[in-house]
Amino acid sequence: MSSEPTSTVRLSVNGVDRTVDVPDRQLLSDALRHTLGLTGTHVGCEHGVCGACTVQLDGRPVRSCLMFAASAEGHEITTVEGLGNGPDDPGPVQQAFIDCHGLQCGFCTPGFVTTIDAYVRENPDPSEEEAREAISGNLCRCTGYQNIVRSVCRAAELVPEREEDA
Amino acid sequence: MTTRMFGQSITRREDPRLVTGAGAYLDDLAPGVLAAAFVRSPHAHARIRDIDVAGTLDVPGVVAVWTHEDLPGAAAERLPMLLPHPSISSPHTGFALARDHVNHVGEPVAMVVAENRYIAEDACGRIEVDYELLPPVVGLPAAREAARAVHDETPDNVAAHHVQTVGDAAAAIDSAPHVLDLELEIERSACIPMEGKGVIARWNSEDRTMVVHSSTQTSTGLRAALAAKLGLALTDIEVITPDVGGAFGVKINHPWPEEVAVACAARALSTTVKWTEDRREHFISSAHERGQLQRVRVGFDDSGRIRGLDVQFWHDNGAYLPYGVICPLNTSTHVLGPYLVPDYRVEFWSMYTNTVIVTPYRGAGRPQGVYIMERTMDAIAERLGMDRTEVRMNNFVREFPHPLGVIMQDGAEGVLDSGDYVASMDKLRALVGWEDFVEFREQARAEGRRVGIGVACYVESTGAGPYEGGHIEVETSGRVNVFTGLTTQGQAHATVFAQIVADELGVPIDQVHVTTGDTRKMAYSVGTWGSRGAVMSGNAVHLAARKVKEKALAIAGDNLEVDPGDLEIVDGTVRVKGDPSASMPLSAVSVLSNPLRYAFDESAKAATQFARPPAPGAPPVTPGRAPGLEDQDFFSPVRSTFASGMHAAIVETDPDTADIRILRYCVVHDCGPMINPLVVEGQVHGGVAQGVGGALYERMAYDDMGQLLNASFMDFLMPFASEVPHIETDHLETPSPLNPLGIKGAGEAGTIPGTAVIAAAIEDAEGIPIRRMPISPSELWQLRRETADAPAPAAR
Amino acid sequence: MKPAPFTLHRPRTLAAALELLAELGPDAKVLAGGQSLVPVLNMRLAAPAHLVDITALPDVDRVESSGAGVTVGALATHRAVEHDAGAHEHQPLLRQALTHVAHPAIRNRGTVVGSLAHADPNGEMPMILALTEGHVRAVSSRGEREIPAAELFVGPLETCLEPDEILVSATFGAAGAGARTGFDELARRSGDYALAGVGMVLATDGDGAAETITGLSAGFVSVTDLPERLVLDEHVAGTPTAEAREVAEAVAAAVREHIDPIDDIHATADYRRHLAGVIARRTFTRLARTNDRPRTQEAHA
Repeated sequence: MSSEPTSTVRLSVNGVDRTVDVPDRQLLSDALRHTLGLTGTHVGCEHGVCGACTVQLDGRPVRSCLMFAASAEGHEITTVEGLGNGPDDPGPVQQAFIDCHGLQCGFCTPGFVTTIDAYVRENPDPSEEEAREAISGNLCRCTGYQNIVRSVCRAAELVPEREEDA
Repeated sequence: MTTRMFGQSITRREDPRLVTGAGAYLDDLAPGVLAAAFVRSPHAHARIRDIDVAGTLDVPGVVAVWTHEDLPGAAAERLPMLLPHPSISSPHTGFALARDHVNHVGEPVAMVVAENRYIAEDACGRIEVDYELLPPVVGLPAAREAARAVHDETPDNVAAHHVQTVGDAAAAIDSAPHVLDLELEIERSACIPMEGKGVIARWNSEDRTMVVHSSTQTSTGLRAALAAKLGLALTDIEVITPDVGGAFGVKINHPWPEEVAVACAARALSTTVKWTEDRREHFISSAHERGQLQRVRVGFDDSGRIRGLDVQFWHDNGAYLPYGVICPLNTSTHVLGPYLVPDYRVEFWSMYTNTVIVTPYRGAGRPQGVYIMERTMDAIAERLGMDRTEVRMNNFVREFPHPLGVIMQDGAEGVLDSGDYVASMDKLRALVGWEDFVEFREQARAEGRRVGIGVACYVESTGAGPYEGGHIEVETSGRVNVFTGLTTQGQAHATVFAQIVADELGVPIDQVHVTTGDTRKMAYSVGTWGSRGAVMSGNAVHLAARKVKEKALAIAGDNLEVDPGDLEIVDGTVRVKGDPSASMPLSAVSVLSNPLRYAFDESAKAATQFARPPAPGAPPVTPGRAPGLEDQDFFSPVRSTFASGMHAAIVETDPDTADIRILRYCVVHDCGPMINPLVVEGQVHGGVAQGVGGALYERMAYDDMGQLLNASFMDFLMPFASEVPHIETDHLETPSPLNPLGIKGAGEAGTIPGTAVIAAAIEDAEGIPIRRMPISPSELWQLRRETADAPAPAAR
Repeated sequence: MKPAPFTLHRPRTLAAALELLAELGPDAKVLAGGQSLVPVLNMRLAAPAHLVDITALPDVDRVESSGAGVTVGALATHRAVEHDAGAHEHQPLLRQALTHVAHPAIRNRGTVVGSLAHADPNGEMPMILALTEGHVRAVSSRGEREIPAAELFVGPLETCLEPDEILVSATFGAAGAGARTGFDELARRSGDYALAGVGMVLATDGDGAAETITGLSAGFVSVTDLPERLVLDEHVAGTPTAEAREVAEAVAAAVREHIDPIDDIHATADYRRHLAGVIARRTFTRLARTNDRPRTQEAHA
């Protein structure tokens, strides 16, 4: 067995308090995926450019591949799994992607969903141009982004609707 | 009658899983299993003197270290040459782990299997490889010069040389009123899916079988290849393709070295081993495409009609040739486009270089062919002072079928089966406002701005054979399972195949469940490439559904005591036409189709021997009819069907900074009847984004030593949303006569004319011939400086 | 692409952090937002034995602004500074440039002070510190020192900081009365490092038609070895702002003359030199002609 330095980390993931033992060098992305089994967060580059691994740290989108799990002590993490209730009950941003054909292979989608969820809460009525700007830090190789731009605008409609319903 | 699903823009059935994080991609599977990592060559060309793995032994968590000498049997032999072709004079392929030479940076040399990827990488760092450096061959000029060779046995670096002729191009050119010569260049790019490659091999030591999951474009191909490499009976290995995070061609090559090495390790260790490719690995050890040098000589008349065309090009195939000459073959056969070229000669050389191998990337050689022809069309228009769309109109093929006279990549002669290029051009001119552009240009010029417009036309052979199959079974619950062997990487197969089956079988679409890429469910398949998924598997499941429907009607006919010809299936219920009261649900037909001895549930009870005794003297299963409401069929076309399209782009170039901005991008697209327009539009959008990337942003920047200088997302400039224009689309739906659904492929179309159309628009804005793509602001600025005369925008 | 092993320390007090650094010496690196450091670790281009993660330190995320300047604590993120009204009022260059720093998800985690410690001549923050003649405060168990921008940056990705020092804050100079600031850059893709970028501070005197330029200074992104401040007063001082166009080419020429770009895979040195001149000319003329209140005007061509 390996004997590398580990830390015990207490954090909240999707509203649930968790305590995990992680190697000090374990990236948050790997901790979420492999230690906590939340494989919705995807790893596309491990150098912070592609955005597939984007999660919300205390409500703000960050790259989980550019952060060590041990540094997440005391923070609240929200992953794509936390922004809906699974395939039978997708969240509003997730539903917007379905409605607008905002995904093809779906690999980049979780990073877009976490990014857009935070964005539309700060910018409830984005123009198409603003929507495009909002997603310009995430790479997608399938869609050409056009339907993701539509998904942002659709999400901006659905998020407040869902919150009124709730 | 329920609404026909074919043609409906329904939302995708795969999405609820994928948007909620419930997808199952390769690295999501088999948590906690052993992880593989690879030591890769840091040199482009070297002889391996020695590999010292002693340093790994004291790394806690390391399980095994493999080099070439540890590979057993056929796994130690060279990887297969998958696509033999008569033009290939010098086929070289690599090893799963390098034996004595390395021929590109990134070539796998050793493999470490460890508790996790972190530890495996630690151990890789401790393996010492002693290399004797050899001078590398980098780039086509160096390969052609052949002062050095990539492979000693091939001193001229020529892997393949191929000529095709239609008529006598040289004579036709010589006798033409006008002749033009062009030298063109197009650089390397690559597929770069968001998910890299990956493989999980699980050896079951109890029954000595293997199950492999791979992020591949061909489960069946990989299965056969691994069976051969591991010396396994085909029946002892299955390959399952899980959710795949994009592919675009790079995952069609097989077996990848890592797939062989990981499978060997899993068997030797009697366990499960996973390898997940990381981004740097993907850049330096997967595959690239596109790099060519091209030479064109064209003869034409006063109206711009081509009399003869002579094309030569040199194709950079990288260090090895596992995927043969598919890309240059496609280039050579797609030059002709939608145009009537009476006399044509094309000659190509596929060249070895000490760089990453070259295998198809969306379009697979076609974008380069379109680039050749469309640059030529613009040059003809320029020479004659004619409108560029008019020159194209004058050359369009107008009668179908139109045999091309060249042999395609599938071994059959290319024939333009259907299309309406004149109508497409009319639509495109209207969409982009071709006539109004003159005014727009004048306005812009008055504001000190520089704008240009370009157009590019293409045809694409799609839906190549040899075949695909569909297997459909109706469960006693009424659930319809559809199996087809090709794999899925985002093309909405679970939706569009369900649409086709729902229509043909007459069932609600939510009853239809599609499974792709699982050799346990469908062992006969080719793979997903060349815009063939919808054409091949779409028609196969359509035919299979027809057979299942016939079987259902026959069984129901027996039971309702009516002629099956008087029955129809509507909304999952078999009923007498014109008498809906005489009916039975398809679930009941399924029960009846399988006479049972044991009643394990209520529906089974209805099928047991006393509940439903056969007619006196008749066996329980009707002769000639297999139990179960299921059947399969295969679709095998005589030749490929040609999709077509035309793109127009308006660009603005900054007079000072030479920054290039796309103001508008318009697409007219004809893939025949669309199964799901929403999905087709998505394919077009994504294709255009890759076309734009290839035209303005992406290249593989090798230095003279064969080091890839931009092997990261920081420096390989894949477009973000901010770089991709809004795309305006219009469609034609010209049916193909070559398949029952009349459909054509749509997967690659968006990408194919991208480089050509952007080059045309920049040339129009700048009045400088654009002969080398992609082009950056720095390069455009340099071009301006090199152009002796003042670069006044071209007057048209 | 996984980092080599290290021990991660997450001290809760500055004193504890300083003690750790003193004890661990050059084997340790300070980790704050990590947006530059972690990619380097993931690629194994660096493999420190210890990381001292300072993100749990209290009270070092403040942004405090006054006429004396904008002081940014070690843990203030790019986003916090970008959105800070006081910072924008007193040194608008910060927001003007921060919108060009990568993308929001990076700015949510990356810190302004971390960017300064990274000392990338392709970075916007070091340029602004140099251009505004700011300084940083470095603390170690040995004591505390204030380092002016001109001394902090000693080479590309190189500062004069000792291994046991932590940058606890940075102070950017205020724009000052009558000053206008502007920043622009051209990058291949939005959010990429610039091919060339120019920040400017233009000082004027008088109003309306009588307004006269009194001074101009510029800082550069991606075209110099070191973040630095170029004084261009001699080319512009005394020129009425209404006639700024007349001297714009002289400004551009001085910039081209001063900078020292290099060739790379994205652009040639010649192009970058030309581009920096164009951006300098455009930024200067835009600043001169603007009638907006100086401290709220945004920088976009």
